[in-house]
Amino acid sequence: MRHMRPLNKKAARIDEYVVAHTEDVVALQDRPSAQQRPHVPMGCALMFTPGWEVDAAGGTAGLCQPVERDIYDCYMSCYWPAQVPDHLNNAPDWTAKCATATKDWRNLDLVFP
Amino acid sequence: MTAIMSETSARVYSLGEFHRFEAGGAHFLYLVPAGAIFAVDGAVGNLIDRLSCGEVPHDRLVGEVAAANGFAIEEAEELIAEMYHANVIVAGDSVPDQPQPLPERFPIQTLVMNLTNQCNLSCQYCYEFGADKVATPEGKPKFMDAETAKAAVDFLLAESADRRSIHITFFGGETLMNFPLLKEVVAYANRKAGEQGRQIDFSLTTNATLLTPAIIEFLSQNHIGVTVSMDGPKEMHDHLRVFANGRGSYDIIEPKVRALIQNHRTRPITARVTLTAGVSDVIRIFRHLKQDLGFHEVGFAPVTTSPNQLYAISPSGMDGVLEQFHILAAEYLEYALRGESHGFSNVSDTLAELCQGVNKSHPCGAGLGLLGVGPSGDIAPCHRFVDSDQHALGHISTGIDREKQTDFLRRGHIDSKYDCHTCFARPLCAGGCHHEAFVRYGDTGHPNLHYCDWIRDWTHTCLEIYGAIAAKNPGFLQQFAERKAE
Repeated sequence: MRHMRPLNKKAARIDEYVVAHTEDVVALQDRPSAQQRPHVPMGCALMFTPGWEVDAAGGTAGLCQPVERDIYDCYMSCYWPAQVPDHLNNAPDWTAKCATATKDWRNLDLVFP
Repeated sequence: MTAIMSETSARVYSLGEFHRFEAGGAHFLYLVPAGAIFAVDGAVGNLIDRLSCGEVPHDRLVGEVAAANGFAIEEAEELIAEMYHANVIVAGDSVPDQPQPLPERFPIQTLVMNLTNQCNLSCQYCYEFGADKVATPEGKPKFMDAETAKAAVDFLLAESADRRSIHITFFGGETLMNFPLLKEVVAYANRKAGEQGRQIDFSLTTNATLLTPAIIEFLSQNHIGVTVSMDGPKEMHDHLRVFANGRGSYDIIEPKVRALIQNHRTRPITARVTLTAGVSDVIRIFRHLKQDLGFHEVGFAPVTTSPNQLYAISPSGMDGVLEQFHILAAEYLEYALRGESHGFSNVSDTLAELCQGVNKSHPCGAGLGLLGVGPSGDIAPCHRFVDSDQHALGHISTGIDREKQTDFLRRGHIDSKYDCHTCFARPLCAGGCHHEAFVRYGDTGHPNLHYCDWIRDWTHTCLEIYGAIAAKNPGFLQQFAERKAE
């Protein structure tokens, strides 16, 4: 916390609680504070990762996307062993034509073994 | 998600429950329902001042906070979020604390064993023998026997469940009138605890009249903590701490106390002073016990009494006591800022509780983690209720009477003390001593309303000391961070 400094054990526990509620997990559409704004979302639930729970506006309207787009993040950044092209051995260039996912997702082609 | 946004905007803020204080040029909040202490900056203070004038809705408060502090809107929102989540400010959505159920089984940590109810002194204010006594010792054994004592140790080991360290306090009457049993209990308890791979430690309270070099050596060798009941220099000590023939006990104990402090080097030696109408010169008593005699710690408590006893301290007398407490407290702070030990245990005991952030459901461990056992084997909530038929909570041979224990704990619970619910000192006080309440009001669960102002003043003083130390020499507080109970 920026304005309140904990001085005893109970205060330290409250500090932990408040940090967890105000700083740790941020719903991006819930107007994060200045301090939180440069927050880089990690993992699957990115701002532009349609196909998951919600779209960037917090709704479901933008969810209908090609299957390749759905699995793009599984290929690029996620530790989860999803059924995606293997970027280490068999399909290292799968995303070569997709520099910016929001614009180039149509360039993601199917992979034929 | 939109719902969350609108929820935030719909909040109308008012102040939560806290006690504000300043020390060492800094500002602090004591969050009462939690027992938490925070150092806060000027922006927090400004926001509290603003809400002191009445409720303010979220969006307006954001604007005002931003303007008042030169913050961006986001910074203002962050400040409000911090204070809201810490409950410094609340919106209508805050839920009042639910009454806490009593624990079904609470492992004992400390057993106070009254080895005898006999005493070689006749102190007039004694709660065990004096006019306000609750004990009914007629027809009961005067000295605890070895069988009862060993059963009590077994009881403690069984009822303390998984606690790593457990504690036995020897008490009386005059504890040392049954010293042979004390030795036997220490040996037995050490052996039994050792078999279970657990630690047990011991302390005793004594009037020091029966101390001998051999006893002192035993106490030192066995790391037994010693508290001496002593009321100050001769004329004050002898005012009420007398033998049956009226002769004062100071001359007898003075050389013994010196020998104790000199030769018992394994634990701090503490003096425990009872303040009465004629014995309330706190500073002189402290100087004598701490500097002349060399006690490591000196603690004071006003005598427990019904208000009509001659030795009861009058309200104006209590004001004088408090004034002197303040002087010693200021001295304590100077010592602490230099990293030195001062020895006024009324401050250090309170600082230890503030450091933990205790928030008590009951004023003390009596009937919960602590029990007393009398010479007859009767179990009592604490040593002060030993030998009282009315307050017995069972017997060593049959265990704790759960029904009576529940009744005692239900009465003493902070939830049932309505007067305490708006008091900022309740996390530490919780209504005060069960025994004192019974003597004053005839009910162990009655809040001790006769010393509320006194407790609040003292709590505030100790908060200021805590804040000043935290601001200027925080390392000093480290000694209080170790938790006693595990």
